[in-house]
Order: sequence, then structure tokens, then C-alpha cells
Amino acid sequence: MMSTPSTTSAQETNAATAVRPKLAVYKFSSCDGCQLSLLNLEDELLALANAVEIAFFLEARRAVVPPPYDVGLVEGSISTPEEAERIQQVRRDCRTLITIGACATSGGIQALKNWGDTEEFVRYVYAHPEYIDTLDTATPIAAHVFVDFELRGCPVNERQLLELITAHLAGRRPNIPSHSVCIECKRKGYPCVLVSQAEPCLGPVTHAGCGALCPSCSRACYGCFGPMEHPNVESLGSWLNERQARGHRELSHMFRSFNGYLEPFKQASESHERRANQV
Amino acid sequence: MNASRPGMVEPQILPKDRLPELIRILQEQGYQVVAPVEEGSVLAMRPVSDAGEIACGIEDTQAPGHYRILDGPAPTYFDNVVGPDGPKRYFFPPHLPLFSFSVDDDGFVLEQVAPEPPRLAFLGVRPCDLSAIRVQDRVFGHEDNGQVFRCESETYYMRAREAALIIVVNCTRPGGSCFCGSWGTGPEATEGFDLSLTELRGSFLVRAGSSSGVSVLDALSTEPATEAERELAYLKVLRAREHMGRVLKTDGLGELLRNNPEHQIWQEIGDRCLGCGNCTMVCPTCFCSTVTDSNDLVTGNVTRTREWESCFTHQFSYVTSGPVRASISSRYRHWLRHKLSGWWEQFDMSGCVGCGRCLTWCPVAIDWTQDIAQLQREVESREAQRVSSTLEATS
Ligand code: SF4
Ligand code: SF4
Ligand code: SF4
Ligand code: SF4
Repeated sequence: MMSTPSTTSAQETNAATAVRPKLAVYKFSSCDGCQLSLLNLEDELLALANAVEIAFFLEARRAVVPPPYDVGLVEGSISTPEEAERIQQVRRDCRTLITIGACATSGGIQALKNWGDTEEFVRYVYAHPEYIDTLDTATPIAAHVFVDFELRGCPVNERQLLELITAHLAGRRPNIPSHSVCIECKRKGYPCVLVSQAEPCLGPVTHAGCGALCPSCSRACYGCFGPMEHPNVESLGSWLNERQARGHRELSHMFRSFNGYLEPFKQASESHERRANQV
Repeated sequence: MNASRPGMVEPQILPKDRLPELIRILQEQGYQVVAPVEEGSVLAMRPVSDAGEIACGIEDTQAPGHYRILDGPAPTYFDNVVGPDGPKRYFFPPHLPLFSFSVDDDGFVLEQVAPEPPRLAFLGVRPCDLSAIRVQDRVFGHEDNGQVFRCESETYYMRAREAALIIVVNCTRPGGSCFCGSWGTGPEATEGFDLSLTELRGSFLVRAGSSSGVSVLDALSTEPATEAERELAYLKVLRAREHMGRVLKTDGLGELLRNNPEHQIWQEIGDRCLGCGNCTMVCPTCFCSTVTDSNDLVTGNVTRTREWESCFTHQFSYVTSGPVRASISSRYRHWLRHKLSGWWEQFDMSGCVGCGRCLTWCPVAIDWTQDIAQLQREVESREAQRVSSTLEATS
């Protein structure tokens, strides 16, 4: 870690004298991958623990400091009656509430059940369905309480997570653009897999943030950061259908993945599904 | 034509098997050579350390929304045209830290300034890209024979440009999206280069366009080209001129666009355009950037960074009351009008050099050359109707 003696000492005095903002990290229905992104920030974790008081973070620390908290990071979707209640208290406990990842922001992969029959799933999957207490839908946090910022990704990008927290602590706007993955792809100089390999890339309608990870490995983006600002899903869908001969069923599945329940991916997947059922 | 300029040497012949020697001389003169290499599914301008890394025997096919490279029948170097990336990336980097500082008791302490631009020799710059460099010279500032052109003084650009050597390659096999012929920016470069190459069968015809170019040629000790070799080079370029991928009628474009801001083509394009920004990222003249400040939690340093930005993003025209251009169609119209019309008022030149990248790399194959042609036809037929009805009325 490179730091000049003067900045370190300034930080230390800061930490010693100032009251550190309290950070809480919550888990709802999710895989833990987004919380893990925070722990994966190995080089910055100490500085982070110095800058904030990790008050509630069960995946990292047993001790719990009681609320209120300055910042709450929420992972996961609302899938059970208990979660629907708990999120209300979480909102009351946190001055700023930030959702992290596809589950919290769009309902996640578990939101696929929103198009199916929950009772039937429960009956087929679990040996003892009577133990299962679940809602019919998995929904994003913002469908239940007001959210101050939504960080995209499945999982979130750890650099973006750090940027978000750092910006919040400094009281500045986070540098988290909402444009397409294509812009990151071109800035990095990766060959476009859609134009040069006829791959069904969702990059042109997908929110940036991953650094064009999939195109960097010659793979099509499958939209794990969800819809970007003003995504023209209709145009891209028609194009992939007409020019790459992708069927409407396939297109419906493409839009209905990690962020399938988030508009306008939801609308796109339903519209392709209708067209698939017509033929 | 440069050969006839005072002080310039006659066209020379460089056998292809002496390409490694050219690279070595450039390296000895302190340059890092940047040339077209095969990178995955595309040709890209990348640093090379020996001639073997330069893409050879590769042809490309291009059309709006379509790009493929394939093994060609002959071991030629330049039977292809521009890939997505050109020299722009090196003069105007997509991501550039501008400065960084920390704060101590007495104030700001500068930690780091922008990187020093490397000394690059570009081998295989296409004439359209050379013209695009001259467009960016006008935008970012460049000194040529004591004359300074500039809109902004862009330090990194000016220094990178100053340090660079440019070896242009005249195009002998234009691509399906190319229309440099319509702008007069290709397929042959006539000025602004240090050396120019025209690929013949087993050799290159080389011309020097500057004293740096002459010094490279001197070190190579080449033979002058014969009359037949000059003739062949001339014919190859002539053939390219006759086989341009597309044609754009460039007369009166500014007026055409100024007069038709509400035409239905904008809505039609807007319905298809994804607002993805690929066209602007690959365009060799597009110069927009965004500047962000960030602070580092660990070091406490604050850094200002500049990155390529696109007028197709929501953020681009965002002001307190919202984005100035909220719809995708208005962004597309803004972009094209800037290229073809506003640029003349701003920089006294066209913002398009006809490289065709914006067509090829558009994921949904939007081809504005066709939309413009349609608009031109409509306006012409409206005008013809007006004239004939005036004639009828007066006769
Ligand atoms: S590879 Fe995908 S993300 Fe990258 S530019 Fe092409 S369409 Fe966009
Ligand atoms: S390229 Fe697309 S699918 Fe891949 S990591 Fe990025 S957003 Fe996710
Ligand atoms: S507008 Fe298109 S054709 Fe013209 S210079 Fe830019 S990328 Fe090339
Ligand atoms: S014209 Fe094509 S490349 Fe440009 S923003 Fe629209 S869809 Fe993307």
C-alpha cells in the first residue's frame, strides 16, 4: 500500500477523533456473492474498516452494534413474508440505503418463479413442502421501500462497490455511469463479438460496470448488469431475430435471466415469449 | 506528388523481405513501432517488436454491422482496411489520468502528472485515418511548420503527435464501408505523412513526405523505383478509387441537414439506434471526453481522469433540468449534424473522413450514407417539382 507519511497520519487522527459512519450489510434471498465482493477488497479492507465502523455485517463479524446506521448495503431479493417485514425495519434503521447486486435490484435469478406456479415448484422440489414459507414472487428491494442507490451486477463489481462507498464518505457523486457495456468494450479495445463473430451480445442494452468482462473473453454479454439507461431492447431483439436468426424463444430466455424481472428486460422477454407462442 | 517537392527524394522500392530492416531502423531511431496485428477476430493497430507480428495474408470483409477477417490468397500485408481501432487510441487515449494530489497541512501536494507520451512510429496508417489525425490536430492543437492550429491546447495530444512518425499505406483494396473517395481523403495520401507505402507484388513503393521520412529512407539505402513500378502503384490506387465500398454526395450536406431537422428519417433511425455509442467510439475524429474526480480510500489521493465519452449517452447532455437531448433520435441527429454540418462552422472542415467505421461497427447496421442519399433524392425531386410547376405557371 502506497501512502505518504503525512496522509497516513492525517487518516489516523481522523479515525481517532472523528465519529466514523456506521455501516450495515444485510442479506435477503441471495447467494452471498455480493457481500463477498466487499470482503474481496483485500488491499482496501483495512482502510475501509478504518473509515467506517462495521456495525452490522454477519458474514464478516459476530459483534453487532445496534442501529441506527449511516449506510446500509442490502443484498438479495424479497422472497418470503419474513423478508417483506424485515426490509421495513432495515429502511427505518439506515439513513442511506443502497442495494447491491441483481437480486436486490431486480429480483435476481429467483424472480424466474414470478412467471411460474410457486405451489407447483414447492411441491416438486422439496421433500417437505409444509416447511416452506415463501411468497409467490421474488421482488427487488425498491418494490418495498425507498432505495437511495442501486448498484448493478451479478455479482457487483468490487471496484464499483469501493467507489460507491468512497464517494459516499467523501460526499461526492459516485463515478458509476449508466451507459452501455459497449462503451467500456470499445474504450478497452476489445473486438466486438456481435459485429465480428455474430454472437448475440446484449452489451448494447446492458448497463456498464463489469469492464466488458465477457467480450474480453470473446463471449457475448448476457446482461448480468441489467438494462442500461434508455435501452432499445425492441431494436436489438428484432435485429438478433432477423439477422442472426435467433428464435423468439431464445430471445425471451436471453432477456429473462439475472435481471429478467427488471423493466424493460421484463417487457422484452414477455414480448418475445408471446411471439414465440404465436408461431 | 511529394517526390517532386524540393528536398524530397524520388520514390524508392523496398522489397518486402526487408521489412524487418525498416522496423529495426525505426527502433534504432528510438521509436516503438505500432502496426496492424491480428487480434482475435479483428485487425488492430498494436505495438510490435518485429515484422513477424504484423498481420500478413489477411483480407477483411466489411459492410454495415458486419466485419470478418479471413486468410487471403496471397501473402500481402495490406489487402484489408481499417479495423475498429486506429491511431486515435494512442494520441487521445481512452483513459488518461490527468493529475493526482494529496492534501497535507500546508495544502495540495502534487503526486503524479499525466504519463509521458511514448515515441511511436505508426506503420500502416490508412489515408482516411491520416486525414482524421489532421482533423484532431485542428481540435486538439498541433504545430506544423511553425503554424499552430488549435481549438483547445491538449498537452498530451500535442506531445504524442509531435513525437510520432507516420508511415501511411495507400489503399489498394477498399472495404465495403469505405467512402474516402467521396471526401477526397483517400485512397491515396498526398501529404501529412513521413513515409508512404504502396504495396506492389514483392515490394513496397516508398515515398518520403518529411525530413524524418527521408532520414529513415537514407538509412534503408533503397533503390529508386522504375517507371514500370511507379505505373503499377498508380494503377493500383486508381483501381481502388474505382472500387470504393460506397459513395456519398458531399455537396450541400450542411444546408441539407440544417433545412431538415424534423424530417422523418430522424425518427426512423432513432427507432433502430441502440444509443450504444459504438459509432462514436470507433470514429477517428470523435473527440468527446468526460472528466471525473475520484479519491482513493487507502492513499487519500485525489485523481482527475479523462475518458472517451459519447454524445449518445444520457449523461452527455445532462444539465440540472435533465438531458438536453432526451431521445435517442435527437442524439443521432445531433451526432450526424455535428459531423457533416456543425464541424465546418467550428473547425472549417468536415468531421467525417469516410473511413466507414461507424457503419461497420454499428451493431444494428445503421447506414447513414443511405439515409442521406434518400434525403437528397427527396429534396431534389421536390425542387424539380417546384421548378416545373413554376414553369407551368409562367408559360
Ligand atoms: S462485444 Fe458486445 S459489448 Fe462489446 S461492443 Fe460489441 S456489442 Fe457492445
Ligand atoms: S459482459 Fe455482460 S454478462 Fe458479462 S459480466 Fe459484463 S454485464 Fe455481465
Ligand atoms: S463519421 Fe463514420 S465514416 Fe465518418 S469518419 Fe467517423 S467513423 Fe468514419
Ligand atoms: S448508430 Fe449504431 S453504433 Fe451508433 S449508437 Fe446507434 S446503434 Fe449504436
